[in-house]
This record gives sequence, structure tokens and C-alpha cells, in this order.
Amino acid sequence: MDFNLLTHHFFELTITGLALGSVYALVALGYTMVYGVLRLINFAHSEVFLYGTFATLWVTYFMGATPNSSTGAVIGMLAVALVLSMAVSGGVALLLEKFAYRPLIKRNAPQLIALISAIGASFFLSEAMGLRDRITGFIGLDDNLSRYVASARDTRSIAFDMPRRNLFAIGDYQVNTTDLLVILSALLMMLAVDQFIRRSRLGRGVRAVAQDPESAALMGVNSVRVVQLTFFLGGIMAGAAATLYMIRIGATKFDAGFILGVKAFTAAVMGGIGNLRGALLGGLVLGVAENYGSAIFGTQWKDVVAFVLLVVILLFRPTGLLGESLGKARA
Amino acid sequence: MKSLGIGARVETLPKWTKIVFFVLLALFCYALPVLQLPLITTPDVDFGGVLFTVALYVLIALGLNIVVGYAGLLDLGYVGFYAVGAYSVAVLTTEHGSVPYLWTIPVAVGLAMLSGVLLGAPTLRVRGDYLAIVTLGFGEIIRLTAVNLDWLGGARGISNVPGPPDICKVTEGDVCRQPLFEIPHLDWSTGTPLVDLNHQTGFLDFGVLDLVPYYWFALTIVILVLIADRRIKDSRVGRAWEATREDEDAAELMGVPTFRFKLLAFAMGAFVGGLAGALFAGNSSFVSPLSFLLLYSILFVAAVVVGGQGNRWGAVVGGIVVAYLPERFRSFQDWRVMIFGVALMLLAVYRPQGLLPPRRRKRAAQAEREDQATHTPTTIEGAT
Repeated sequence: MDFNLLTHHFFELTITGLALGSVYALVALGYTMVYGVLRLINFAHSEVFLYGTFATLWVTYFMGATPNSSTGAVIGMLAVALVLSMAVSGGVALLLEKFAYRPLIKRNAPQLIALISAIGASFFLSEAMGLRDRITGFIGLDDNLSRYVASARDTRSIAFDMPRRNLFAIGDYQVNTTDLLVILSALLMMLAVDQFIRRSRLGRGVRAVAQDPESAALMGVNSVRVVQLTFFLGGIMAGAAATLYMIRIGATKFDAGFILGVKAFTAAVMGGIGNLRGALLGGLVLGVAENYGSAIFGTQWKDVVAFVLLVVILLFRPTGLLGESLGKARA
Repeated sequence: MKSLGIGARVETLPKWTKIVFFVLLALFCYALPVLQLPLITTPDVDFGGVLFTVALYVLIALGLNIVVGYAGLLDLGYVGFYAVGAYSVAVLTTEHGSVPYLWTIPVAVGLAMLSGVLLGAPTLRVRGDYLAIVTLGFGEIIRLTAVNLDWLGGARGISNVPGPPDICKVTEGDVCRQPLFEIPHLDWSTGTPLVDLNHQTGFLDFGVLDLVPYYWFALTIVILVLIADRRIKDSRVGRAWEATREDEDAAELMGVPTFRFKLLAFAMGAFVGGLAGALFAGNSSFVSPLSFLLLYSILFVAAVVVGGQGNRWGAVVGGIVVAYLPERFRSFQDWRVMIFGVALMLLAVYRPQGLLPPRRRKRAAQAEREDQATHTPTTIEGAT
């Protein structure tokens, strides 16, 4: 127990916690929306995020990033990477829906079996990434693509140094550009999704299916489309989160999605699963709490603090901080 | 004429035939490592060890089946109880004491049950999917605590955990020089079975080289658990679980104290999980946090659901599938997790009820189909 560290670095811990938390929140959106509509824990969402991180990595490789790339070039590359990784993650999410869920929904399979299918998809996707050198080896492309596929089971880092400039001070901590970039872009995207769900016609369809799928179908809502849309929206948010993650952390690995997925799902549950604003709040609370926790108890207890906090919150608010609002309230 | 599954066919047999059938099945299972049947025997790894792992997974699947299958509580942190069992044994026998292995098993099981009650008491009031993430968190908390506490051996783990005591004619120190009697294996390399006197298994000789006695030990426990499971499932407790699973509110209204029965299911599951952990510690003689990753919890749930949740034979089959197939096809080494993932997806799509669904569920599904056929002749497919 060491409260000194916490009191001395309070603002630093808060800001970096918020930055990490906003990545959690963006990924949590995907869990929360799919859960809200289908009552399904989309276990493979972590892999949607994973493919986003690799998309970001490969785009910067492809565009020839080096440690000496100028700030302008890096910003340009990241912008392209953001768009492409959103597209890749959205695509993976749509494929998931098509191959792992729609056949089950059609057959009216029990809920747990959908979870099994998701787990299977998650194993498949992450292992396919971890065996990418072998897979490209089959079609004889591994030499041409060696920069992208070599040492498939190791951690790969981005090739440039993230330009950082200190902007302004909060307390004794100098807030730098990456912190601000990550937090602001995450907030902006969350706001966009929230407004889309609340105001647009398609968003109304999503809410309708979440409340009562049968009535929504009778009112002419195309539920297949709605499900696709939820997967896709969750996917592109995970893609954006992936780029922000690469900006902050700078490295990824074929199994990097798993632990982040667990954290993001925790965030979603903490905020109230099925609730978009809950995902945001849950993500931020989790990120900050983890930082405080590791300051007080030591970094190795970080995850324990996160899970204990979750249990405590669920004890006092059994439906999460903000309750379930996207779906109907369940007794 | 309706075709009957194996389970239904066994059920229709007279009682004494049933008993004979199960006794023969058990004998066959005991004989498996000695028979060394071609095709079944794993070519690349020690068959006795594989059989032990399979028995362990079957045991775990049986325990988790009580929680997930009977009581309908999704537990994604089952590995936590397994870890509590294994660590209790390791701590008591090696790290902080030298209690004989067999004495630590009741303690390990008791502690696992206690942790099940401690986890369940506050969290079983939250419903369904929240429970999944809370239990998942519990499993991780147990593992991370083991990693971080030096008292529990930290990340390096605890080694030299003793196994069950040998029962021997002649012992030298801890090593069994001459077992009570030896059982020769069969050798199929020529195409016909020959008795292979060079490979013999000492009866009740729990050495490091031959894991077959461990397998027999584990199999005995599996059989005992199966019998207990049958008694519980067919009792008032089993019916209360079923009622709670199908409709918690209705069960509560009918006077079933649902919370208490859910807690009981949790404790029972933890009991079996702890037992499996204790077996694991005794066999592998090495306990480290790496054996209790979250991934294993997921594999365990997969075993139960793949087999058919709610059916003890389904759990047995699921445990066998999850533990045996990857070992049998070790030549695919690197690809096996990926293939396993695809297999899970295919199974979910083509056999959503699991390999061996419980009969009651099959009947329910059939009744539902008939009900739909009579009441709603036209589907509303067009509306979606």
C-alpha cells in the first residue's frame, strides 16, 4: 500500500487512465451494442479489434514509415491507417456475423451455443493471425510479404516514433498530444454513435429490435439488417480503438486482443451492458481505476483491482452504473 | 417408428442388463491403457498421460455441468476452483507443510467449496450474463493472486508436489522396487495382439515414468462422481435446479428457494473442480499459474456445451473430445487451436444442441415443433 505515489502523480494517473479508458470504451461499444440487440456476448469482438491493430501496423509499414518520418508524414499515415483499420475491423465484424451468428439465429439455437460459436471464431481468427506466415507460405507469398508476416507469433511494433509535444499542464502533469488525441477522438466517435442510435432512422430500428425483436419485425424493421448494422458499427469503433491503441501502446501481437477484450467487456458490464453511455462511463472508470489501483497496490495487482471493482459495483448496482437502456429492462 | 439414441436404448434395458452394461463399460475404460488399441492410442505422446488428462477433463466437465447444465449458471471462471484445489494440495504438501497427499485432498476440496460459496453468496443475486463476467473475473483474480504472492510460489510455481502413496511389496525410500503385481500391455505392431512383457504397469505404483496408475485413480474418482451425480440429479435437489434453470420466477413462486439451490450448485461444482485440481497437482507434481489461464475456463465451458449441457454423458463426451482430440492429432501441432476453433463453429451451426443433448430437452424441442405446427400453420418469415 503506497498512497504517496497516488497523491504525487494524481493528475498524470488520471489523464493516462482516461486515455486508456477511452480505448476500452470504444471496444466496449461493440460488446454493448451486440449484447443489447442479440443478448449475446460477442466473444470474438476482441479479434475484431486485433485485426484493426494489424491493419494499422501494416498500413504504416506499407506507406514506408521509418523512425525518421516527419511529423506531417506520420499524421498523414495515421489518418489513412485509421480509415483503413476501421474498414478492416468493420469487415471482419460483418464476416463474423455472417458465418458465426446468422446460421445460429436462423436455427433459433440456444444462447450458450452462440457463445461457443463466438469462442470458436475467436480462436480461429487469433490463430489465423498467429499462423499468417504459414498461411501465406501455402500460396507462396511469404517472401514477398515477409515484412508483414514474418515472426508471426512475436510482438510487432510500429516503425516510427510517435511525435509527442507537451501542450498544457494540469496540476503537475504536462498533457501531451497523444493523450489529448486519443481521448478527444474516442469521445468524438462515441458521441457520433450515440447520436446515430438516438436520432437516425436506422438507429431507431436498432433500438426497436433491442426492445422487442418480434414487434419490430412486425412493424417492418429488417432485423437481419439491424444485426448487421450493429456488428458493423461495433466493428468500425473497434477499428478506431485499434488505431488509437497503436498510437498509445505502439505494439501488437496475435493474442493481444484477448486481454483487452476482457477488459472492454468488463467496462461494458460495469457501465450497464446494452447502454452506450454506460460503455463510455464504464471504460473511463475502469481505465482510471486501474491506474489508481496500480499506483496504490503495485502494477502487478492492476487487473485484480479492475475485477474486484467490477464485483463491488455489480453488488450495489446489479445492472451496472447506468443500467441497461438499449434493450428492454429485464426483471 | 422413431429411432432411438444410444441413451434411450440403454434406458429401456432391464435393470440388471443396465448394470452389466455399465460395469463392462467401466472395465473397458480401466483396460484401455493396457489394451493399447490401434487408432485410439496416441502415436506421439505417452498414452497413459493422455488418458489421465482425458479423465481429468471429464471430471471437470462433470463438475461444470452441474453449474452450467443443471442450474443454468454460466461460469467462465471455473478454472479458479481447479486452481484452489491444486494450490491447496501444493501448499500443504510441499511449500508450507508436509502433509501426506491423500490427507490434503479433503482440505483442497473443502477450500474449493468454501471459495465457491464465498464467490456465489454475493454474486448469484446478479443474473445471467453478469454472472459470466463476474466469475471470469474471479478466475483471473485467483490466478493473478497466485502469480503475485510469493507465499504461493509466485510466477515460478511450486514443484515437487508428491502424488498418492505407492502400495508396494518392496520399497526403497520413495521408489517402488517391486509392485504388488504387474500388468503386461498388449503389442499390436504385428497386426495381431501379443502380450508385451517388456512394458508392464505396476499396480498402484505411482511413479514418474508410468502414468497409468494415475489414470486408474482418476477414473475411479470419475466413476464415483458419476454415481453421485446420478443420485443428485434424480433427487429433489436436481429437480429444483431444473426448475430454477427453466424459469427462476416460476420456481420461486412454487416455493423453491432458488438462491439457496443456486449456491448449492455452485458449491457442488466447486467441490468437483477442487477435486480435479488436487488430482492434477498430484499427477503433474508441479503447480504454476500457467496451468490456470482464463483460456482453460473457456475450454471447460466448451467441453460441457459441446457434449450437450445438462446431460452427464454429454459432459463425459465433451471432456473426451476437448482433451483427447488435440493429443491424438499432435502431428498438426501448430494448427490444432485453429482447427479446434473451426470445429467449435461448425458444431455450433450443425449440432446446436450438443453431441449428446439431455433427453428432456429433445422431448421439449419436439413438443415445441408439434405445438408450432398445430397453432401457427403459416410462418412470418416474410416480415423479417
